[in-house]
Amino acid sequence: MKVAGIDVGAKFVKVVIVDDGNLVSRSSRLMGFEQKESIEEAFKEALEKAGLKKEDLTHTTATGSGKTEVPFADDEFTEVSAAAKGAVNLIPSARTVIDVGAEEGRAMHTNAKGKVLDFVINERCAAGAGSFTEAMARALEIPLEEIGPLSLKSKKSIPMNAQCVVFAESEVVTLVHQKTPKEDIARAIHDAMASRIISMARRLSIEEDVALVGGLANNVGFVESLRRELNMDVKIPEEPEYVPAYGAALAAASRAGGGS
Amino acid sequence: MGMKESEYWRWKEYNWKDEDADWKDFDIVTAGVDIGSVSSQAVIMGDNELFAYSNMRTGSDSPGSARKAMDWALKDTDMTLDDIRYVIGTGYGRVNVPFANKAITEIACHARGANWMYGPSIRTVLDMGGQDCKAIRCDERGKVTAFLMNDKCAAGTGRGMEVFADLLSVHIEDVGRLSFEIDEEPTPVSSTCVVFAKAEASQLLRQGWPKNKVIAAYSSAMAHRVFTLLERLGVEKEFAITGGIAKNEGVVKRIERELKIEALQTDYDTQIAGAVGGAVFGKTLVEKGKA
Amino acid sequence: MKANYGYKDGSGEYFITIDTDKCNSCEECVKACPAGVLEMVPNDFDIEAEDMPAVTEKERWKIKYTCAPCKPVDREATPPCIEACKEDAIEHSW
Ligand code: SF4
Ligand code: SF4
Repeated sequence: MKVAGIDVGAKFVKVVIVDDGNLVSRSSRLMGFEQKESIEEAFKEALEKAGLKKEDLTHTTATGSGKTEVPFADDEFTEVSAAAKGAVNLIPSARTVIDVGAEEGRAMHTNAKGKVLDFVINERCAAGAGSFTEAMARALEIPLEEIGPLSLKSKKSIPMNAQCVVFAESEVVTLVHQKTPKEDIARAIHDAMASRIISMARRLSIEEDVALVGGLANNVGFVESLRRELNMDVKIPEEPEYVPAYGAALAAASRAGGGS
Repeated sequence: MGMKESEYWRWKEYNWKDEDADWKDFDIVTAGVDIGSVSSQAVIMGDNELFAYSNMRTGSDSPGSARKAMDWALKDTDMTLDDIRYVIGTGYGRVNVPFANKAITEIACHARGANWMYGPSIRTVLDMGGQDCKAIRCDERGKVTAFLMNDKCAAGTGRGMEVFADLLSVHIEDVGRLSFEIDEEPTPVSSTCVVFAKAEASQLLRQGWPKNKVIAAYSSAMAHRVFTLLERLGVEKEFAITGGIAKNEGVVKRIERELKIEALQTDYDTQIAGAVGGAVFGKTLVEKGKA
Repeated sequence: MKANYGYKDGSGEYFITIDTDKCNSCEECVKACPAGVLEMVPNDFDIEAEDMPAVTEKERWKIKYTCAPCKPVDREATPPCIEACKEDAIEHSW
């Protein structure tokens, strides 16, 4: 049975097609001006890659902040549940799932089936999500992909005081003017971010293993800071940014009666 | 990027002196020095009358800024620092005013200063600075009964407006006026966060909204945010707005509209309120023999 | 006086309110806080008064995060600072 999961975020739309539990294709599109078009395009691309037609899909489930904007979806699945379900399916030992996307950060405590027991969300403040790192990379005048590896070179932890993206930008500019090594600034940025995410997660009982999903899981600097701050290992699935979409696809499969 | 934005954020640095007064006629001369994160002021008062002051940008270090502000306030007078009986340091850099006799928090000073500027009927002061926003309630003597500070988040501060002015390439002084040059009041921008609001604004511009309408939508969002902060504290008449944003009528008028209260006006430069309060505190301390 | 320390940001309102009229300056809250969020400071608002507790400047911008472990989502719990105060002088807004 073939099903699809669609994750409509503020920045990207991601589509995953799953056939009897196996991932057959995926695609991602930057959210353009016309939301609906971007969604359609990503969906078409995933179908093409899988060599399928719309009619071949038994069920389609949408998640993400724009989940209600998908005209062809059969139903919706909350972001929290989608990320947890996807993560535990890929990393069966995970009991705490941290999901950091561009605009939101969340942490879920789950059971062995990937069902969410408790969760906390940080939303509507860019300082608690991936946008923070993006803005800081810009302030450092380095490409976003480089900020992670750069921070791994740092041996020194320096504090970062600002807790707001706007003020943190000025702080970074000041640090650069003071000739603070960029790698130390990069580490401070990731440390600050990790510390916010973990304090938030501490409202839950953090049970091991901890899994990290979402776009920020691709940032090695952030992952390192997270491990250090948590003092625990953090497991990361492949292509962590597709995990919520994958979770939605798994939900689609079980809703269509195929189990997962 | 920080450099470019500051191009749109200009207010005048200046000093002032009462030409008709002679400081030798005063019994007690005191001063307040307010070192904020963006601007610094030094105010010299004789027997609680305003005598001279300066208002300038804060430099890279607090002690240096304090000295500069004080020197500038003294510049056109025939006084020296030694002629001042008592100096209070206030504001974010208050403990770094080398020549101050005592440091007092900006909230306490601000209330005292507002009481002096607006008179004893003032009960609620909203201070919207470059990087913070504070709301203070006080009694008829200018003593604080409740306060609230918001300096973590750029939304609702001058800095937030600055980011917008930059996005739209308009001068910060023009933002208030432009926000009224619209056909009808648009729905406010829905995100509070400056980062997300900026993204929202870019989208509105792409949809063809005129600049002024976007400015209006942001100004009313900012006003609403401040209104909800004030609600936490409770607003009682008389009410006044001080700080850099007080000069932006686009935000001020919309706050008044939500509160259904008109803000009191003053001819004084409200940026000096904290320093005035410091000088007034100084005199009280001298009189109480605590100096 | 009601001293509100904290902030409102895009995600919500996070204020610790200390009612200095109720507070007797016993310092129990400062001792109870596991994260060092509170400290005793001179009362600038009333020069005659004793020191009062306040949220440290370092923590004022991040209490939502620092205080999070004291606010578990899976059970009812009163934060230690509030628990410690015999005068009911401390409140959290969230
Ligand atoms: S402006 Fe800053 S603190 Fe405020 S909501 Fe945005 S990122 Fe958070
Ligand atoms: S425990 Fe209560 S009474 Fe004691 S210092 Fe803290 S707030 Fe004041």
